[in-house]
Amino acid sequence: MNEATSISTTDAPPPPRVEGTDALVRVRDLKMHFPVTEGAFVSRVVAHVKAVDGIDFDIRRGETLGLVGESGCGKTTTGRCILQLENATDGEIWFDGQDLNRLNKVEMRPLRQRIQVIFQDPYSSLNPRMKIGQIIAEPMMVHGIIDEADERDARVRELLDLCGLNPKFADRYPHEMSGGQRQRVGIARALAVNPEFIICDEAVSALDVSIQAQVINLLEDLRDEFDLTYLFISHDLSVVHHLCHRVAVMYLGHIVELAETEELFRNPLHPYTQALLEAVPIPDPTVEKARAHQIIKGEIPSPINPPPGCVFHPRCPMSVDGCSVNMPAFREATPGHWVACTEV
Amino acid sequence: MTKLLEINNLKTQFFTSAGVVQAVDGITYDVAPGETVAVVGESGCGKSVSAMSILRLIPDPPGKIVDGSIMFDGKDLLSLSDAEMREIRGRDIGMIFQEPMTSLNPVLTVERQLTETLEEHLDVTREAARARALELLNLVGISEPERRLKQYPHHLSGGMRQRVMIAMALACEPKLIIADEPTTALDVTIQAQILELMKDLTRKLGVAMIIITHNLGVVARYADRVNVMYAGRIIESGSAEQIYHDPKHPYTLALLQSVPRFDHTRGEKLKPVIGQPPDLTKLDDGCSFRPRCAFATEQCAQAKPPLEAVQEGHISACWEKSNVGLEESAA
Ligand SMILES: Nc1ncnc2c1ncn2[C@@H]1O[C@H](COP(=O)(O)OP(=O)(O)OP(=O)(O)O)[C@@H](O)[C@H]1O
Ligand SMILES: Nc1ncnc2c1ncn2[C@@H]1O[C@H](COP(=O)(O)OP(=O)(O)OP(=O)(O)O)[C@@H](O)[C@H]1O
Ligand SMILES: [Mg+2]
Ligand SMILES: [Mg+2]
Repeated sequence: MNEATSISTTDAPPPPRVEGTDALVRVRDLKMHFPVTEGAFVSRVVAHVKAVDGIDFDIRRGETLGLVGESGCGKTTTGRCILQLENATDGEIWFDGQDLNRLNKVEMRPLRQRIQVIFQDPYSSLNPRMKIGQIIAEPMMVHGIIDEADERDARVRELLDLCGLNPKFADRYPHEMSGGQRQRVGIARALAVNPEFIICDEAVSALDVSIQAQVINLLEDLRDEFDLTYLFISHDLSVVHHLCHRVAVMYLGHIVELAETEELFRNPLHPYTQALLEAVPIPDPTVEKARAHQIIKGEIPSPINPPPGCVFHPRCPMSVDGCSVNMPAFREATPGHWVACTEV
Repeated sequence: MTKLLEINNLKTQFFTSAGVVQAVDGITYDVAPGETVAVVGESGCGKSVSAMSILRLIPDPPGKIVDGSIMFDGKDLLSLSDAEMREIRGRDIGMIFQEPMTSLNPVLTVERQLTETLEEHLDVTREAARARALELLNLVGISEPERRLKQYPHHLSGGMRQRVMIAMALACEPKLIIADEPTTALDVTIQAQILELMKDLTRKLGVAMIIITHNLGVVARYADRVNVMYAGRIIESGSAEQIYHDPKHPYTLALLQSVPRFDHTRGEKLKPVIGQPPDLTKLDDGCSFRPRCAFATEQCAQAKPPLEAVQEGHISACWEKSNVGLEESAA
């Protein structure tokens, strides 16, 4: 780790988020502060982007946890930290009983196979010079899953079929496929190594609505068939509502609310969650005409200079004096429903 | 009421090495003063090309408006000279595009972008233009407008750039605004701010709007009327209520059923539109939707169904339209 380690940590250890020991993933006080440097030859750190600033959550085995929030709030960074693509500034990431932040490369290797990712952009995440079959076979070779070439080809065809693609597509190149088909290739590649946990980062966001529905159904079917656990990152609340068991709402590097999906959508406690839900238009003109449209003002502040106290207070319709001083504790307001706000 | 815009049998094609792309294949619709008309449909169905055709901004070659007429405010846009058309763009018709960075000039300050438009179209002094620019920034809800006038586009956030775009579109008090995916790149809370602002302004100033979007929620919230496009044609048109509560085209029905809604109970499977959109260089005589359609019959392969009324103000292009409906599909 680097100079960013000097940033102060919170005093008390955070409480567990899921009772019992059925959590496959456990994130504790995770921080990712990116240094901002200045100067070409002798660069020095002038500030930090507090992309993720102390978050806690658990994901149960077989559960889909939704992570929602607006652009730049730290969703992708959270996923990248779990994948060990970023060197977290602070905090713990437990996967099946092991703290990933403390493992070395060799120890991490077998875990990489168990944790896979599906990205947003189905085009840029596939190598344009490789055939679809090679793209899907590659992770099997890297992890030494199937050494026999014939067996591997058979497995590729099986995976294509599983993802609703014609096995003949193995001989095609990514540019010969539609966006929805490419996204299915990304899913097939992630499944190739039999993972237990998949991070879906805006996996359906770039797709047209009708194709989006196909891919959502596929993710659901695969989850049921293989007992997969998902971290489903998305800014689309309707999709998250459809697919996730529980939802965490992020704002400017913090999780401000976490609850069972139905509870969160029916009874949002945090003023930011409420504003977010009100801002999403519902595809029904009658419902829309009857809805109150209270729109929150202002823009999302920069994570380099987050507001003091509660990061949401400058835009918050409920803020009181204390909100600009103390960061509210993340507390369990009702069983299983966590919120970081003193006014609810 | 007299119409502000009347589009009749508009056809726009692209002549490419792969063949003739029938991007817009004979669309007819009109827009009344102050009305908000939404255009929806799958990616590649011709929404942007139809809007660009109204503005006569189709790149030629390879594109060409090959048939039809566009009457705007008593003028036949397709017979105007390029100079006359430039006058209308930016003055009588304002434009808002998805990515403001490509439409704002990166080397001009916000003030200069606005005053340039004003000076080009209206006979105003530099001073008056500057005062108007300030007024516009206030109107679109930009804080510290004095300071913002001196900034360049890259100093602004995405939401603020989109507000500047709206200010530019409104600068000359247009009668019509064409907005192509105006909020797609923005966050939901900022999207809501911008759309609320646009709705407010269209109401207050009586401006008509054509809004192109793939977001069915946005359409439900803001549109008076909805045109559903498929493969270059309008296949259904009606009030927002008619389209959402009583769709009479299988594609509209499928589209509505494929989107998840968070005000509905969870647990139901989504019903995707199966198959792929057609190749617009290889359209045949039949209905373009029939390979994906649950209602298709033999008749659908023979001829394209005409747009016909199913109700007052509600039209659908489907041979089986009397069998299509939300209830039938639920049963
Ligand atoms: N490598 C990096 N160096 C510096 N800053 C970074 C880096 N990666 C991300 N950031 C910053 O961290 C913040 C969080 O970014 P992140 O990509 O996690 O957001 P996000 O929630 O995924 O947003 P989006 O919805 O736009 O994908 C942003 O302000 C971003 O600019
Ligand atoms: N310059 C061009 N040359 C050739 N074909 C073109 C050109 N511009 C557009 N097209 C084609 O015209 C058709 C309609 O495109 P258009 O941009 O109107 O789609 P759209 O409905 O706006 O889609 P999206 O939702 O993806 O923006 C597409 O098939 C597209 O490939
Ligand atoms: Mg992201
Ligand atoms: Mg378009």
